[in-house]
Amino acid sequence: MTDAAELRRRTAELLAANPPGATDRLDFLRARFDAGLAWVHFPEGLGGLDAPRALQAVVDAELEAAGAPGNDPGRIGIGLGMAAPTILRYGTDEQRRRFLRPLWTGEEVWCQLFSEPGAGSDLAALATRAVRDDGGDWIVDGQKVWTSSAHLARWAILIARTDPDVPKHRGISYFVCDMTDPGVEVRPLRQITGEAEFNEVFLTGVRIPDAHRLGEVGEGWRVAQTTLMNERVAIGGVRTPREGGGTPAEGRGSMIGVAAAGWRARPELRTHDLHRRLLTLWVEAEVARLTGERLRQQLTKGQPGPEGSGMKLAFARLAQQISGWEVEFLAEDGLAYDDWTLRRPEGVDFTGREAGYRYLRAKGNSIEGGTSEVLLNIVAERVLGLPPEPRTDKDVAWKDLPR
Amino acid sequence: MTTATDMPDPDLLYSDEEEALRAAVRALLADRCDPAAVLAGAESGRPYDPELWRALAVDIGTAGLLVPEKLGGQGASAREAAVVLEELGRAVAPVPYLTSAVVAVSALLGCDPSREEVAGPLAALAEGSGTGALAVPLPAAPGGSGAPTVRADAAGALTGRVGSVADAAGAGLLLVPAEGPDGPALYAVDAGAPGVRAEAVTPLDLTRPLAHLAFDRAPGRPLATGERARAAVDRALLTGAGLLASEQLGIAEWCLTETVRHTAERTQFGRPVGSFQALKHRMAALWLEVGSARAAARNAADALASGSSDAPVAVAVAQAYCAPVAVHAAEECIQLHGGIGMTWEHPAHLFLKRAKSDELALGTPGRHRDALAALVDLAAP
Ligand SMILES: Cc1cc2nc3c(=O)[nH]c(=O)nc-3n(C[C@H](O)[C@H](O)[C@H](O)COP(=O)(O)OP(=O)(O)OC[C@H]3O[C@@H](n4cnc5c(N)ncnc54)[C@H](O)[C@@H]3O)c2cc1C
Repeated sequence: MTDAAELRRRTAELLAANPPGATDRLDFLRARFDAGLAWVHFPEGLGGLDAPRALQAVVDAELEAAGAPGNDPGRIGIGLGMAAPTILRYGTDEQRRRFLRPLWTGEEVWCQLFSEPGAGSDLAALATRAVRDDGGDWIVDGQKVWTSSAHLARWAILIARTDPDVPKHRGISYFVCDMTDPGVEVRPLRQITGEAEFNEVFLTGVRIPDAHRLGEVGEGWRVAQTTLMNERVAIGGVRTPREGGGTPAEGRGSMIGVAAAGWRARPELRTHDLHRRLLTLWVEAEVARLTGERLRQQLTKGQPGPEGSGMKLAFARLAQQISGWEVEFLAEDGLAYDDWTLRRPEGVDFTGREAGYRYLRAKGNSIEGGTSEVLLNIVAERVLGLPPEPRTDKDVAWKDLPR
Repeated sequence: MTTATDMPDPDLLYSDEEEALRAAVRALLADRCDPAAVLAGAESGRPYDPELWRALAVDIGTAGLLVPEKLGGQGASAREAAVVLEELGRAVAPVPYLTSAVVAVSALLGCDPSREEVAGPLAALAEGSGTGALAVPLPAAPGGSGAPTVRADAAGALTGRVGSVADAAGAGLLLVPAEGPDGPALYAVDAGAPGVRAEAVTPLDLTRPLAHLAFDRAPGRPLATGERARAAVDRALLTGAGLLASEQLGIAEWCLTETVRHTAERTQFGRPVGSFQALKHRMAALWLEVGSARAAARNAADALASGSSDAPVAVAVAQAYCAPVAVHAAEECIQLHGGIGMTWEHPAHLFLKRAKSDELALGTPGRHRDALAALVDLAAP
């Protein structure tokens, strides 16, 4: 198996053949993908080397030290975190070869067409229809909502109903949707922060070739589970130093790092109550960091614990509490907002902007990717094995469900 | 402030050897320390169960885990002792492991073990043939032990009182911090010596007895003086506080497991009460706390084991986090058990009593947060 030493050797080779200072950014990223150093746990030929996932940190550290360009996960987060693992698991060889490289280099941005006005937490209730025409293509009609990055996206992962006559979980199929199709209309949806990071997406007669289906017809819910699990676990594997690395201006500092730096810099704003709460939050942030680190170490040993699904819950609560604390600490400055202009940002900025923005944006952390309530249900039932809620919708055909 | 770069990477998992040790301790406790036995022991008036202690300390050899082999111990580390404490917490076991094998042993290790006065008692504790107690009140926090309340004269005669010392009544050896003729010092006193009186306190936690100690010209043997004595006591309290987090983790784990088991079985309104979302969410939240407590406790144990400069931060974080988690888990356990949780026969109360008393032990969460404020440069107003 490929070990850390081997990865260091290959990284050095990559850097020697493509000196960061003298190589075009995209050329470097492509070379890195082809060298198997993009996501080392992926198969050879698809940007990886079949190495343990945790060894990615070794490669990343070497490349960062050498000043190599990054692949900007802010912009391509949905592709990396959700589309890629799903394509890897359910895609055909042809689909993997076509989609994974430009996805990883960021040449092609992805979005996730899952949620609908009538199907959020109850995602399997979705109503967007995909009907097969005579040529075998799929014709899709429906409306999606809260779609992050749809305005930037070249491709989307899409779930749609292909059989309304069976219970809701069984009549869904999973597709890759071409966002340049004339039937796709993206309208900005302005949000709480003033900007439009997500969108409404109207799908009218969108034509999807059958070759862009992932998994079997009617098996879309199972495929979507892979996407959703990866969406939640993606957060847990990230390694951060205490109080976060980098400066807030680089958008890389952790929230608690920003709050602590503020405390050190502004003695005139300190109160005993704020001090007490800051220390509690500092402890919780440090413990959350250690819990993530523990998860990462478990992954190295190939024993992924159930802690993964808990990380998102903890992260959401902490982000909201710390940013709320910061607004209060900043007093008069906390009352001012940096910019309400309707903007269409390329990614989420958790630390670069001011406290008020962070406070508002963090409200979404307990909603996006599964609400905290739904995640608590998942932990209770799938991790702790508690009895399920009684259900009335399980054995009823989708078309007969009350809506 | 310690920065990320000068800290060694902590190992937050369990090694195979640690799991083997856990299995041995767990099997012993399942055999000899079920809740009924704990309750019976607590009402017997004996300070601890000597047979259980023998099996744990001598037969499995846990008493000397922290002591190097050349000094008569197992030469293991705080990581292994932490695993033992997790299991002892899961069973609210009435044995003086924390006080003797962790705190007293660490105090002796902080003295000069090449001296016979230190090496002798250390070997005895490591072997588990007797138990020892550091004569400080159970709530004493690392770094905050304050001026000793006992004075020593030039001949080593000790006079004074120390309140609420855990496991003191059953200990043969008392390690007494005292103000000597030349400043702070640490003395060894035989519990049976003339002039030593231990007055039992009725404890909130029935499984960890407390006693007030009174010394009236009791004969003491000096173990260390000056800065060395202070540092030895401080290190012992730091080690104790760091490893107490693992005991708290064990308590919380038991409480969560039992609560899940009970609510999945107990039926009201025609369905298991554990299928009600209001309860499910509380248990899921607790699960998250327990998983986080494990990371914090392992980090503290690892930092103590590796002698990391980050140990004071790791210990303060672990205590500030794990102590409230254990209390929360035990309180939820009582509440979600309903009436049965309020009975003497059901073991839940033993865990609540231990958890609440542990919250005060070796520094409250608030004291540890205060310590942290200084350590990570977040000054008070
Ligand atoms: C910033 C942001 C970005 C997003 N990006 C995307 C995206 O890119 N692609 C995409 O497809 N979707 C996206 N979403 C949508 C997101 O996945 C949904 O908003 C989310 O799943 C919740 O669905 P809902 O909004 O319909 O709320 P609802 O499901 O209507 O929930 C309303 C309330 O009821 C609670 N609730 C619902 N069901 C239960 C239950 N069984 N038990 C207890 N409580 C329950 C919820 O927790 C919530 O408090 C995004 C959302 C946000 C906020």
